[in-house]
This record gives sequence, structure tokens and C-alpha cells, in this order.
Amino acid sequence: MTAETIIQSLASGLLMGLLYGLIAVGLALIFGLMDVVNFAHGEFLMIAMYASFFLFAYFALDPLLSAPLVAAALFVFGAVVYLLVVRFAVRAKANTGMVQIFSTFGLAVLMRGVAQYFFTPDYRSIPHSWLGGKTISIGGIYLPQPQLVGALIAIAAFAGLYFFIHRTDFGRALEATREDAGAVALVGIDKNKVFALGWGLGAALVGLAGAVMSIFFYVFPDVGASFATIAYVTVALGGFGSVFGAFAGGIVVGLVEATTTLILPPSLKTVGIYGVYLLVVFIRPRGLFGSI
Amino acid sequence: MDQAFIQRRRRDLVIAAFLAAIAAAVPLFVKDVYVQNIMVLTLMYAALSQSWNILSGYCGQISLGHALYFGLGAYTTAILFTKFGVLPWFGMIAGGLISAVIAMALGYPCFRLGGHYFVIATIVIAEITLLLFQNWDWAGAALGIDIPVRHDSWLTFQFTRSKLPYFYFALTLACVAWFVTWRLEDSKWGYWWRAVKDNPVAAESLGVDVFNSKMGAAAVSAFLVAIGGSFYAQFVSYIDPESVMGFQFSLLMALPAVLGGIGTLWGPMLGAVILIPLTELTRSYIGGSGRGVDLIVYGGLIIAISLARPQGLVSLFSRKRKPAAQPVREAVAS
Repeated sequence: MTAETIIQSLASGLLMGLLYGLIAVGLALIFGLMDVVNFAHGEFLMIAMYASFFLFAYFALDPLLSAPLVAAALFVFGAVVYLLVVRFAVRAKANTGMVQIFSTFGLAVLMRGVAQYFFTPDYRSIPHSWLGGKTISIGGIYLPQPQLVGALIAIAAFAGLYFFIHRTDFGRALEATREDAGAVALVGIDKNKVFALGWGLGAALVGLAGAVMSIFFYVFPDVGASFATIAYVTVALGGFGSVFGAFAGGIVVGLVEATTTLILPPSLKTVGIYGVYLLVVFIRPRGLFGSI
Repeated sequence: MDQAFIQRRRRDLVIAAFLAAIAAAVPLFVKDVYVQNIMVLTLMYAALSQSWNILSGYCGQISLGHALYFGLGAYTTAILFTKFGVLPWFGMIAGGLISAVIAMALGYPCFRLGGHYFVIATIVIAEITLLLFQNWDWAGAALGIDIPVRHDSWLTFQFTRSKLPYFYFALTLACVAWFVTWRLEDSKWGYWWRAVKDNPVAAESLGVDVFNSKMGAAAVSAFLVAIGGSFYAQFVSYIDPESVMGFQFSLLMALPAVLGGIGTLWGPMLGAVILIPLTELTRSYIGGSGRGVDLIVYGGLIIAISLARPQGLVSLFSRKRKPAAQPVREAVAS
């Protein structure tokens, strides 16, 4: 193991980590807003990847061009899911925690079934996108272009989200609803509207991630499952309720994964991520930046 | 003690004995192997869900990693049998004890975690174990373990000619899990668990040993689930990490309790009796095409039931007790 291989894998770990952060940040946003973990988050990623794939297959739209479209479509989808399912789950008077876990999990199963029905269980991939398979060399370190662009998009999305939450009226409404969902009604904020928008925003972010990932990852009905677990770990590692935590958690997860693959066989690469999660929460039961 | 309460508990026991007797008679009339197979699975999931319910329903520590204990039970039995010739009965007890010990060892750091941090820790620990088993050559790695058939007998717990012995064992297991829950529900532990679930801080201040009662719930729960795992290994005579330790499995174990009524005596039983035949039937009648229709139906049902009856289907049977307060409210309103 030379210094070069270590730096090389840390660099690719960092890129992957920013993407993990992008996948996780939508989850963190929704959780921070209303204390709900979306167990269908991986399936949101999956449909975003399919959307991106079909836009390429039928309209020859490169995933980079279609990313805003996919994000917009996912925004609508997220808001609809809130209005049709989650709205009722959070209203449950008994076992609220279990109800939201299982209703969103049921949604995940349903979405997987729908994907299998319409798209078959086949693995698909986008064969010749602009960036597919290309690498760039910076100071002797080779970085795959899709991941590099993905990382840049992730940083831009984080910056945008930060600006949105702290500088816009809606962001302030979001923040206020998060602080006290009961009190905001008194100042004329429609809680349901804010929640729906929060879900839309969360879904749009994972939609962006899905579009980028479709460039270099196979698309199939179960693709979301493995990324979802990593996303939960990322959010929890950063600390539930902290959007910044999801960003930082993503970077940690990417670096840990890269380091693990240097030591352990590739089939065990997630063991490192999970191990670090346990280590962190055993020492700090609220994650790295969690406040609640 | 409240007379009505004692009566209700006695009634529960009588109903359970009655239902068990009916269940025991069913295979005498239903000879179809496919149906018998579904009945075995239903009883097994009823037992598993009942056991899961002890830790997650009564004590409120939601575990989505119970597949770990199921897998440990299955693997202990299978490894002891294939590598050392130890009879499955001993393997079963060994698996149960190992799982109980591991549940407590894991409980030591995990029970300090709250809410979603705990849930995710349970998922992650089961997932790590799954990955390790997939890479552990001595235990068959990803290929798993084929349990060779010696001869049909209760001694080796293998039956190739009939499903009936499996059925009766699964029935016994479900009855045991139910009875353990019934006993614990009205014991010191049962009250502690509910106190811990409702408000750990208040429970602590009233002298409840919060940490140890969680440990107790984890040990009992894991022991029983591991017995279920041992049974499953014998029943299907082939196990691999994904099929006994996968995340899906942890959810399958929790679902009957959630749908039937979490933290209730009858919820897991009711949930399993409805859900498992439904799962199996949708899988074989509309899932055969491989087109995912079974997943669509199944997922839709989970959403519908969990939204329509958050307190579980069992609440349909106890509706009588609640409206007592209504006339008062109406009187106030008018």
C-alpha cells in the first residue's frame, strides 16, 4: 500500500461521500422538520434513477441535462406522498412511531413492486452519457468525472439548501414549523403546506442524487435498498435533526468506506461504515452534530 | 386486585387453550401439503412476532434487527449438527442461550441510545453480522449450509414424509411464546416494561430498574426468536445468511405485531393469522409471474392497515370499553 493508493482512495472516498451526503440530506431535512424517518427514501432514489434512465433512452437527454427535470418531478412526487400517506401517518394517535415506519416501509415495498411490474427486474444502465467512464487526472490522482461532477452538484445543492433555509421566507417558515408546529398556525402558516413542501424539497434532493448516479450505476428495482441503509446511517452519524450533520456524515461515511476497502475485501466495505456508526453513537448517543 | 382484570386474564387463557385445540385438529382435516406449509409458517411467524413484541411492544425498544437472533439460532443448530453431529434439540437450546447472551451484550451499549439511533443500531448490527457470515468460509459463507437428511425421527427433528410434526412443533412454539407473554404481562417485569415504554425517566424515579428490565426483555425475546430460527433451519433444511438474517426478515417478524396490535397479548397472533397466509397466497398466485404484483398488493395493504388502524386490528375487538366517556362529552357540548 503506497501513499499514492491511499490518497487516491481517500480522494474517491471524498467524492462518493459528498454524494452520500446528497442522498442523505433530504432524509435529514424531513426528519428535522417533522421527526419522520422516510423508510422509502431508497425507493425515491430508485425512481429518480429510472426517470433519468428513461429520459435518456427515449429523448436522448443526458442525465446532466435531465437532472433539474428529475429533481422537479421528484419534488411533486414527494409532496404527493406527504399528502396521500405521511399526512395520515403523523396524525395517528396510537403508536405514531411504528405507523410512520410501517406506512413508509409499505410504500417502499409498493414502489419496488410497481418498478418491477413496469420495468422488469432487469439491470439497466446508461451506455454513453457525456461523462460516463471518463476520468480526470489531478496531480497524478485519477478521479472519475461522473463522481466529480456529482460531488460538485452536491456541494452546490448544500449551498442552495443553506441559502434557502436561512435567507428565504419559506425557509424561515420551515424553520419555524420545525421549532414549533403548533405555534406557527397562530401566525398564519399552513403547517400542512410547509410539510408538503419539505417533503417535496427532500425528494428533489434525492432526485438530484439519483440523476447523477444513473450515469455510473446500474438501475434496477432494488437499487435503493442498499443506499437507503447507508443514508440512514449517514443521517444518524451526523445527528438527527441537523442538515449540516448529514453533509458532514456523508463525508465521514465516504472516507470510512474508502479506508475500509484498503484493508478489507470489497464485500465487507459497508462493515466499516456501520462499525464507525456504532462507535460514534456509543460515544456520542446523539451523533456528531445532533441536538435532539 | 381488580376482579374484572383477573377474570379477563382467565378468559384469555381459556380462549387460548380453545384456539390451540382447534388449531391442533385442523391438519386432521386439511391434508393439502401446500396449505399445511402455510399453516406451519403462520404459526412460526406468530411465535416470532410474539417474541419480538416482548422487547419492542411491551418494553418499547423497537428492534429492526431481530433477524440477527433468528439467524444465530438457525446457524447454531445447523453448524452443531453438520460439523459436530449434535442433535438439533441441543442446538436449539444452545442457539437460544447464545442469542440471549448476545442480546444482553449488545444491549449494554445500545440501550443508552434513544429513538431512531437505537432502531438504526439494531439494523446495522444485524447487517454487520450478515456480512460477516457471508464472508465466513467455515460457516459456508454466502452459499450457506445444507443440512443433510439422516432419517425421519423426532430425535433428529427431521421429517421428509410429512409436514405434521413440524406443524405441531410450530404450534407448540406459538403456544409457548403466547404463554410466556401471558405470564410476563402480569408480572413485575411486565409492569416495569410498560413503565419503561411510556416514560423511562418517570419509571426510573419511581424505582424501576430501567436498564435491567430492558436487558430482561431483550434476553427473553432473543431466546425465543432463536428457537424459531433453529426450527426454521430444520424445517427448510437449507440456510444461507441472506435468507435467515436479511433485513426483510426483521420486518417480516415485526409486521404481524404491528398490524395486529403492538404491545398487546393477541396482536401478534391475529396479525400472523391474517398476514402470513395473505403473503404466501399473493406470492404464489400473483407473484409467480415475477412481475411484482404481489409486492404491490402487499405494500398497499401494509400502508392501508397501518394508517387505518394505528393501534392494531386487535382494537376492533375491544371497542366496547371505550365509548363510556362519550355521553359526558355530549352532555357538556349541549
